[in-house]
Amino acid sequence: MALLSVKNLRVEIKTRAGVAPVIDDLSFDLEAGESLSFVGESGCGKSMTALALMGLLPEGVGSIAAGSITFDGEELTTASEARLREIRGNDISMIFQEPMTSLNPLFNIGEQIAEVLRAHQNLSRKAAWSQAIELLDAVRIPNAKARVNDYPFQMSGGQRQRVMIAIALACQPKILIADEPTTALDVTVQAQIFDLLQDMQRQTGSSIILITHDMGAVAEMAERMIVMYAGRKAELGPVEDVIAHPRHPYTAGLISCVPHILSTLTEEREELVEVPGIVPALQDFGKDTCLFASRCLQAQAQCLRARPPEIEFGPEHQSACWRAEEL
Amino acid sequence: MQVLQSFAIRAGYAVILLIAVLVLNFSMMHLAPGDVADTISQSMGGADQELLDQIRADYGLDKPFIVQLGRYIGGVLQFDLGFSFFYNQPVTDLILQRLPATLLLVVTAQLLALFIGVIMGVVSARKPNGILSHFVTFLALFGYAAPVFWTGILLLIAFSLKIQLFPVAGMQDVTIEGGFWVHFLDVARHMVLPVITLGSLFLALYSRLARATMMETLGSDFVRTAKAKGLSPNQVVYKHALKNSLSPVITLAGLQFSAVISGAVLVEAVFSWPGLGTLAFQSIIARDTPTILGILFFSALVVIVGNLLTDLALRLVDPRVGGKG
Repeated sequence: MALLSVKNLRVEIKTRAGVAPVIDDLSFDLEAGESLSFVGESGCGKSMTALALMGLLPEGVGSIAAGSITFDGEELTTASEARLREIRGNDISMIFQEPMTSLNPLFNIGEQIAEVLRAHQNLSRKAAWSQAIELLDAVRIPNAKARVNDYPFQMSGGQRQRVMIAIALACQPKILIADEPTTALDVTVQAQIFDLLQDMQRQTGSSIILITHDMGAVAEMAERMIVMYAGRKAELGPVEDVIAHPRHPYTAGLISCVPHILSTLTEEREELVEVPGIVPALQDFGKDTCLFASRCLQAQAQCLRARPPEIEFGPEHQSACWRAEEL
Repeated sequence: MQVLQSFAIRAGYAVILLIAVLVLNFSMMHLAPGDVADTISQSMGGADQELLDQIRADYGLDKPFIVQLGRYIGGVLQFDLGFSFFYNQPVTDLILQRLPATLLLVVTAQLLALFIGVIMGVVSARKPNGILSHFVTFLALFGYAAPVFWTGILLLIAFSLKIQLFPVAGMQDVTIEGGFWVHFLDVARHMVLPVITLGSLFLALYSRLARATMMETLGSDFVRTAKAKGLSPNQVVYKHALKNSLSPVITLAGLQFSAVISGAVLVEAVFSWPGLGTLAFQSIIARDTPTILGILFFSALVVIVGNLLTDLALRLVDPRVGGKG
């Protein structure tokens, strides 16, 4: 059985114009120790998926309207808030996009790491503190013993993200959700953070859900990927298969946006292609059409008539496109 | 160590500021028409020019302005604020007698307003559409709009005259006998109405600011991180969010310190509280220049010390203020 199983998940948020499904009929499985990546533009529901898994949808605004999330055989959509708190930070933990603001500026980093250990592992203050130092060492912060007393403002962005990783991995969670963990960082630091995440995954055996719009990161980090568009799953499959042969025009568009540094201009390098247009407005999210049709070069009349079903290609590869088989 | 050093620098500035206040006060008093000699002669039922000159010579008022100023500052540096002919006492003694009553009133009102205001702000920020939240908005409007003396008189009528719950005036009942706790309770009973009167304005200010900053803080990224760690809602709010919301409130409280002092003048007048405010009021009516100057000096001193304490409090809350970096 899969470690995490999401079935027909629908997340709605309230807007002035009414209720809009920011996640619409999303299903996927995550195996233990696996790396799964969510890809898509901003506003496609990637982060909402992560928040829904954590039970942290914005209060009074977003809610799970339908579907199920099963973690380790336990249904999370109906679980009590107290039970969700036990899971959060302990079994499922998360690191965020903005290391600059995700740490509390007024507590030293040792306390911020130790706190999660005290909350979930029943450690004494002293034991939690010394484990915080070990964790800082594990995420390769030099001179951890001295830096444990530092405040976030005394650290660089990359170091803060390492601290976030230390917090997230403190309780050796079964799932680590990384929501664009490197978007706010320098390119060189990005590579270090990805290296660190991979190493830590090898050591702890956690599954990783990596949310990103960086196709390069996906290729390096993940085994399977899900392409999201306007709250819907556009394509799902093993990373190599999807990149080698995308079955959805949106995936193809995303891939063509990535420059290949090694190819020279004259030979292999094709011109960079952008995906024209923008993600549709929220109030259009629920429509029974292909939401990508307005931006799709291959759109037909059928695409505007009905939402495309998810078509299987082999056991692992799915695409929600009326013309998937022709691509 | 660095904290201590920068604190010493601030204290140095405070002394310079205090001397500047002294010079300014003295000069302004000097500019006003009439002097001590006029007032003394008035209280004697009039005097001729010869006697006036005699008084001026006795008090050194015939010397040039700069000499008088120098003498005054020299005196203040030795804690000598001059002599009040109206009260027939050295001004320093007079003020030191009255200062504790005012400090008791002001500090209690300020601390209570801060404490209750922050709690109200936090609770209402957690439920922005709850009853308490609307109450805070109402209270803020009321606090801004209602003059302190008006609130005081209304409270007096309601709780001292109609329902005789609290004493009408003064700080203690001289007829009462007993140990420390008996007197403590007696003073506390006398304090209730003045503290409510003085505190209500500041409670309105602080609760509103605390509510606004708390709502902002609750939406910030590190609060989301705290929730993602699986901490309890109380830990998220009272540990992570509250500490981050305190700085603006403390800053405002520091700025308001001077307003609390000036508010105390009105409140003391309404409740006949035997503090600096009442003394200031009486000495202005009596044109008792040395006492007025002394009170102004002490008010400045209290405000400056208040600001230094504010600064210290901010450093304790926020490691980014000054210090390491």
